[in-house]
Amino acid sequence: MSEYRRLDVSEVGDVTVIRFRDHKIVEDINIQELAQEMFQLIEKDRRGKILLNFSSVNFLSSAALGKLITLDKKVKAGGGTLKLSNIKPEIFEVFAITKLNRLFDIKEEEADALAAF
Amino acid sequence: MTASDPAWTWKCERVIPSDAHLGRHVLDELLHELEARHWSRRDIFCIHLAVHEALVNAIVHGNCGDREKTVHVAAQISPKCFRVEITDQGPGFDPQSLPDPTDCTHLECSGGRGVLLMRAFMSRVSYPSPGNRVILEKDRS
Repeated sequence: MSEYRRLDVSEVGDVTVIRFRDHKIVEDINIQELAQEMFQLIEKDRRGKILLNFSSVNFLSSAALGKLITLDKKVKAGGGTLKLSNIKPEIFEVFAITKLNRLFDIKEEEADALAAF
Repeated sequence: MTASDPAWTWKCERVIPSDAHLGRHVLDELLHELEARHWSRRDIFCIHLAVHEALVNAIVHGNCGDREKTVHVAAQISPKCFRVEITDQGPGFDPQSLPDPTDCTHLECSGGRGVLLMRAFMSRVSYPSPGNRVILEKDRS
C-alpha cells in the first residue's frame, strides 16, 4: 500500500515523478494534506529531480498555487530541480494569468520534461 | 444587466455559515444549473474558479472563518448572463490595496491571486463600498 493518500509516486531513471490522485485540487484540507505529502517526499528524496505530472488535474485553486510556489522554493533550497508537465489548457491559463508559468519550468508532455532534466 | 432585470430565468438566494463545505454545496448548485442550461465547459470552468475564490475570500478573509457570521449568496442566470453577489459580514476591503501577485517580490504572498483570477475569468467584477460584497458577472460565450 502506498504511503501517500494524495499522490502516486514513481521513479523514472533518476527523476521522481509525482501524479495527483485528486482531479480537483481545491478543498483546503486536501490542499494541506497534499502539500504535506509533497514536502515530506522532497525531504526524503535526496536526488532532487522532481516532476509533477498534472494529467489528472482538471481544476485547482489559488490556494493550491501557493503550495506549489512553496514546494518550488523548498526544492530549489535543497539544490534540486522541479518541473511540471501535462497541464490542461484551462489550468495552464491559470498559471499564465498569475505569471507562474515564468516561475515554473512547464513542459507539454512528461517525456519532454524528463528529457529536460 | 441589473439584479432586477426580468430576463433572469433562474434565481436563488442562500445564507450560509462561514463553512467551506457549505460554500461548496452552494457552488455545486450553481454549476448544476449552468450545466442543465448547457453552458459551455469553458464558461463553467471560469465561473467555477471565480465563485470558488470569491466564496473562500468571504469565508476565510471577510468573516475570518467565524461560523457565527454568515455569507449571503444571490445568484441569477439568464440565457446570456450569469450573475452572483457574495456578501460577507466583515468590514470590507479595498481591492486596490492588494499587492500585485504577479510581481516577483510578492509571488509567495497568498493575497491577490484569487482576485486576479476572478477578474481574468469573469466579464465584470465589482466591489461596492465598503468592500464586503463582490459582484461577479459572466457573459455566455
